[in-house]
Amino acid sequence: MIADATPASKKPSSFEVRVLRQDAPGEPGYWERHQITYEPNLNVISVLQKIAALSTTADGKSTTPVAWDCNCLEEVCGACTMLVNGRTRQACSALVDRLLEDNPAGIELQPMSKFPVLRDLVVDRTRMYRALERVKAWIPVDGYGDRGAGPKESQEGQEVRYPLSECMTCGCCVEACPQFAKVELFQRSDESDAEFAERKNRAYDQAFIGAAAISQAILFNEHPTGHMNADERLEALSAPGGLQVCGNAQNCVAVCPKNIPLTTSIARAGRQLTGYMFRKFFDR
Amino acid sequence: MAKQRVVVVGGGLAGLAATMKLAELGIAVDCMSLTPVKRSHSVCAQGGINSVNELTRQQGDTEWLHLDDTVYGGDFLQHQPPVKEMAYAAPGIIDLMDRLGVPFNRTPEGFRDQRRFGGTLFKRTSFAGATTGQQLLYALDEQARRWHNAGAVEMYEGWDFLSPVIDEEGRCRGVVAQNLVTMEIRSFPADAVILATGGCGLIYGRSTMSMACTGSAVSRAAQVGAKYANAEFIQVHPTAIPGADKLRLMSESARGEGGRVWVPRKPHDPRDPKQIPESERYYFLEERYPKYGNLVPRDIATREIFDVCVNDGLSVDADRQCVYLDLTHISREELDRKLGGILHIYEKFQGVDPREYPMKIFPAVHYSMGGLWADYERAADGGLTLGSPRNHQTHIPGLFAIGECDYQYHGANRLGANSLLSCIFTGLIVAPGIENMFKSLKESAGDEKFASLLRGQRAVKQLEHDNLLKREGGRENPYVIHQELGDVMTKAATVVRRNDQLTAAIEKVNELAERVENCSLSDTGNWTNQNVVFTKALRDMFPVAKAILKGALARDECRGAHYKPAFDMPGIDATDPAEKRRQAEAWCDSFDEKNRKWLKTTIASIDKSGEPTLSYEDVDTSLIPPRPRLYGLVGAEVIEQVWKERQAEKTPQSDGPNGAATKAAVGAGVG
Repeated sequence: MIADATPASKKPSSFEVRVLRQDAPGEPGYWERHQITYEPNLNVISVLQKIAALSTTADGKSTTPVAWDCNCLEEVCGACTMLVNGRTRQACSALVDRLLEDNPAGIELQPMSKFPVLRDLVVDRTRMYRALERVKAWIPVDGYGDRGAGPKESQEGQEVRYPLSECMTCGCCVEACPQFAKVELFQRSDESDAEFAERKNRAYDQAFIGAAAISQAILFNEHPTGHMNADERLEALSAPGGLQVCGNAQNCVAVCPKNIPLTTSIARAGRQLTGYMFRKFFDR
Repeated sequence: MAKQRVVVVGGGLAGLAATMKLAELGIAVDCMSLTPVKRSHSVCAQGGINSVNELTRQQGDTEWLHLDDTVYGGDFLQHQPPVKEMAYAAPGIIDLMDRLGVPFNRTPEGFRDQRRFGGTLFKRTSFAGATTGQQLLYALDEQARRWHNAGAVEMYEGWDFLSPVIDEEGRCRGVVAQNLVTMEIRSFPADAVILATGGCGLIYGRSTMSMACTGSAVSRAAQVGAKYANAEFIQVHPTAIPGADKLRLMSESARGEGGRVWVPRKPHDPRDPKQIPESERYYFLEERYPKYGNLVPRDIATREIFDVCVNDGLSVDADRQCVYLDLTHISREELDRKLGGILHIYEKFQGVDPREYPMKIFPAVHYSMGGLWADYERAADGGLTLGSPRNHQTHIPGLFAIGECDYQYHGANRLGANSLLSCIFTGLIVAPGIENMFKSLKESAGDEKFASLLRGQRAVKQLEHDNLLKREGGRENPYVIHQELGDVMTKAATVVRRNDQLTAAIEKVNELAERVENCSLSDTGNWTNQNVVFTKALRDMFPVAKAILKGALARDECRGAHYKPAFDMPGIDATDPAEKRRQAEAWCDSFDEKNRKWLKTTIASIDKSGEPTLSYEDVDTSLIPPRPRLYGLVGAEVIEQVWKERQAEKTPQSDGPNGAATKAAVGAGVG
């Protein structure tokens, strides 16, 4: 019953994996070819594990293991996002049998292009977490003492919020976004770690915030308690690098692995922002 | 005195709960994690979180019964005061998570909805779709971000904890950790260090756990004086999706929402499962356990699935072990609303729609009930003295353990939906204890006095690291050794344990532990070197692996997840009433004898060479007297009767806070 569309006869004995490697930030990338013995039911993570264990290229030269990020391996943590055959997705749920059906020549792995590469397939996505701070993506409760239950919520309300809350900050949406440009800075020799982090945050705060954070702003604005400081989030979305940068390409929603209605969130954010700007104008 | 600080190692539910609570108390926190905290393993928890609620109360449920189910399900191996405190705190914890914005599923009237989980007869489990762990973690992640934004919390994401820093008096004064990108090794002064580093599933190679769950952090603490308790109690979850890289969890909530486990009565029946009529299906859990059905505790469901496949030869497939978990009788709409997340996982990784076809599942290593030994202070009411610095402190003063990496709450077997609760609970209660400890400390680890200690211990770790990179070594491959370790552990120390196999496994693991010292690194660079980080973690798996095997070998009994058929106590086979009675008396005698001998915490002390030595400690069962776990046993009713008569002679008065409830618990639990 396990679906298996590739007839046994067509299965290769091995396949090629090309990885775009990079030794450190700012250094040039280079392609490396690996030949992997075929087994049924592999995913890209198990391919990378094999590459690490072999540490030998297709030409038989010894090499260092490819560096990559992963944790849960079931597409709920978001860590292993990369470009698989040019498409942004999680490596864990990229199944080799499917990939070879689409492209029998092999598999191509690249790091995400919108984030600074730390090494090989590992990128620095702190900009996304910073964006969550920009829109104050939390419920500002009074404290953690006993105050009884939270506000009642309708099933419909929960069904709006829950999908938005499944966002794992993986970065697929911004990787696919034409308005989201890479911001990469390099530490100066006279700069401390803290100073460098601060300079990066300032640069991130000016750049486009991206669909994930816009959708999170809506998630919290939709919550009865979160709604109380909705205006602070809208203020952040009205700032430079905010909602107005969105060019409505709608790539974000097409690539989201969790099928989060990102463009719906963006449209809602637009409506809320319009209301906010009116109120702001007349309340002056 | 410099400002006192806490280092929290681990940013899952427990670590983040501690972080936000400490921040609220005005204590400076450095939160350190291998991954960005939002990607912690807690996201993999699916089904829900337990607490008594208004509806269950109306059916006679109480916090006391939650305690009772937890210790009965855990085969009485846990100290009862912390469990009691947790059960009584649970309703408030769900309320708090609700206030933090967790999108719990709702009833049509807008109340939180609940489902039933294993080992209880009440619907205690609140849930957010089938990604409850993810939703709870995100709520805490958001609070931690809020505190970070306010400048109260420093985040060190992408750091590997290498060792606690311990002064000459034996007190923990900080940690040494390594940056996973730059490979910088740094010491962090801290007046309290909280380990919230989760389980150790990677010792088994493949499990339901995430890649960060190596157990290396607890091992590193245990190698310098913290002790490891109940290592042999490893939960094997009944239902996981077999995979080449990971055994992905299929939540107990699938059964909580009505999922049924079955196999065709005819071995390897090749028919489409939907064409197999009811009469030719063997719903073995429902037949063997009419009271709990598919929701027996996990250790039992696991053994039965194993038994049906291995001993009865009834696996669905001929070439691999699996049984059906069937949801196809439930409407698509309901399945999507309540179980969408996990069905999505199955569909994505197996390419089959579980709403249309029964899923194929098999047990997998899932949870470490054991962990770092941690203290508690008992209060007069039988719960904990909240605010005591003893709560969750390890054998090393100033070093605390919470969440899955401590051993306190789940005894010999954890009930479903209790782990999210224990993680948040321990994170919240450890904070006030540390606040009080800080008041009594006269100095701060940030004082000049400790600078050379911190520098020195950093230098030791730097030297170890440099030597590892430089080592010419043999040609051992760390990834191959890891795979061999996983195979040995999975074979010898999971569902069924035999002393001859355990003895052989110890020999093999000792050999692997020697070989790991001859690993040669394929990457000797000093930038984002995952090869060296993995090799270090692998070396540190061995002390814990040995503690698991030694503990299992020594424990000649069956208790919860630890099942040794050679020491099983079979049911009653007599038919003559007098003989039945005699057998039941004998059964109860052996049960008492077994408890006298084995109702004890196993404590492993690990020496510098990584070798564990075992000792045992009594368990505080003062609230609920241990009673036989009779789920499905033949002759259970006679044994239960004899047992009750004996108890009545021993204790004329119930010692619970609510006598009626306690008696009801005994009645409800033995079944």
